[in-house]
Amino acid sequence: MDSRLPRKPGYIVDDPANKRFLLNREVLVSPEILDHEQRAIFARSWIYVGHGSELKQPGDFVTRRVAGRPVILCRDSDGNIRCHLNTCRHRGAVVCRERSGNTRRFNCIYHGWSYHNDGRLAAVPGADAYAPSFDKNQWGLTPPPRFEAYRDFWFLNLDRAAQPLVDYLGRATDYIDLVIDQSPSGRMEIIAGTQEYDIAANWKLMVENSVDDYHLPTTHSTWLNYMKNSGVDVRPSKEAGMLLPTKGLAIDLGSGNFTTDNVNFRGRPVAKWIPIYGEDAKSEIDAIRAELVARLGPERAARVADTNRNLVIFPNLVINDGSSVTVRTFFPVGPAKMQVTAWALGPAEESAGARARRLDAFLTFYGPGGFATPDDIEALELVQQGLANWQEVPWSEMSRGMGKDSDFLNSDEHHLRIFWRHWNKLMEGA
Amino acid sequence: MADSALRARTVTRAEVEDFLFHEAALLDEWRLEEWLGVLTEDATYLVPPNDKPDADHRDTLFTIADDIKRLRERVIRITDPNCHAEHPPSRTRRLIGNVRILGAEDDLVTVTANFACWRYRRFERMREYVGTYRFVLRRTAEGLRLKERRVILDAQELGALGSISFIL
Repeated sequence: MDSRLPRKPGYIVDDPANKRFLLNREVLVSPEILDHEQRAIFARSWIYVGHGSELKQPGDFVTRRVAGRPVILCRDSDGNIRCHLNTCRHRGAVVCRERSGNTRRFNCIYHGWSYHNDGRLAAVPGADAYAPSFDKNQWGLTPPPRFEAYRDFWFLNLDRAAQPLVDYLGRATDYIDLVIDQSPSGRMEIIAGTQEYDIAANWKLMVENSVDDYHLPTTHSTWLNYMKNSGVDVRPSKEAGMLLPTKGLAIDLGSGNFTTDNVNFRGRPVAKWIPIYGEDAKSEIDAIRAELVARLGPERAARVADTNRNLVIFPNLVINDGSSVTVRTFFPVGPAKMQVTAWALGPAEESAGARARRLDAFLTFYGPGGFATPDDIEALELVQQGLANWQEVPWSEMSRGMGKDSDFLNSDEHHLRIFWRHWNKLMEGA
Repeated sequence: MADSALRARTVTRAEVEDFLFHEAALLDEWRLEEWLGVLTEDATYLVPPNDKPDADHRDTLFTIADDIKRLRERVIRITDPNCHAEHPPSRTRRLIGNVRILGAEDDLVTVTANFACWRYRRFERMREYVGTYRFVLRRTAEGLRLKERRVILDAQELGALGSISFIL
């Protein structure tokens, strides 16, 4: 036993003086810690529900599970976006079973209570059997304690006393703005087609994996080969400490939010051509870029079009703005299993050709059939397998880049430590 | 009877079944270079998302949408020992049934079949992929070749099936 380790182990050992950061592996395997996370993390943080563009018309709805809760996200008949906890106020059944659709009412199949799409209780069969004191207005569908949006990204919070979403997002809003600036009208939309897959690993491993550029050359060498075979220069930069062709930074955005901020080398639908897009795409990419420059000025246009950013909104929303734009969320369903949902996001007005190119670019890397994500899934599941040794091998080493006096690189573990410090703070009740 | 149905008669279900069974064997035995040989020069491989099984990959996010170029790259990738999701390679076994010829036009024949594909990896859960193959075959002098390979899963979401890192 290392005598410098604490007698009663905490979740992390954060020791800047000795440039040492250790993670107690128990936090990735313990059911008790997961129970505590449900209360200390998921019941107190802003949790992504969905995007306004998924609800184009009044009456449109989608159903999903958010932090373990079945919810309905809908646009009511007056056009307001609402979230209802999907449970009948009478005896509890979910009142909407379809994945998505359009309706004026949600009807419970059990005893027939029905609700307007704004949540008000509309009708109760046999209403005359209730006492006069029964007030229908008190028995509408229940919204989550808090439900707020930033630029059409809608979040819920189970803690009524939570700080406003926009304060929680803090400087992360700058990075969301960079995503939205790709659209001439400022309207980005979720594209049809959902990727939903499980990983036999702890959910926090996905947070790390989403921003960890240290693993890219080893885990994704076959993707780098594919890029190279397709004419993209993937040779690592000669600069010290760098594993990839271009420089990337890891940036703390406060409140447990953080991002990578990388000079693009792998192409962007908006707007950096690579050979995979094909020669005939060049002129349209040029036009997209010219529109950006005209609208935003050359500096901001370059910021939008020449950097890739993997943004984490604590605890479980990832927006990857790179080869394509992905919106990804994931929830634990046990200490060693998570359910992942991923969507593609694109400018609402982009041409059919640009949309097809964006979706194609997405699949070059991302998703359960992509050229990279399956190897991430494998890596995370191998971690989880290895963690069965946690009692004998209790600590993970996460000090990479610690204590340096220059910028933190995307391949350092600075941003991973930001996550773990914030997670630790909430778990310790600070 | 429509002309297309008449022309379809020039390919029998037995011939289509022979082709499908042979293709399944090439995939289950990881003879992927040979498998590329039964594709046309403009072949596509499509796995629609579970929530939009009838969609078009140009306006909908698919799980897989490869043209022939990326299919060849996919074979390079998944036979590389550094493709961690498939090293060691998954053991798969597929059963194919309910083969039907849906129609034919010129040299193309559209066929459909039900399939079940089991996938095994050491220390991992068994995975059972069930759905329909919807293939467009081209008649050539060398026999049938695969032009469009669409794999439609019945599962409501990929869920416990995880990734599709092999050729499904």
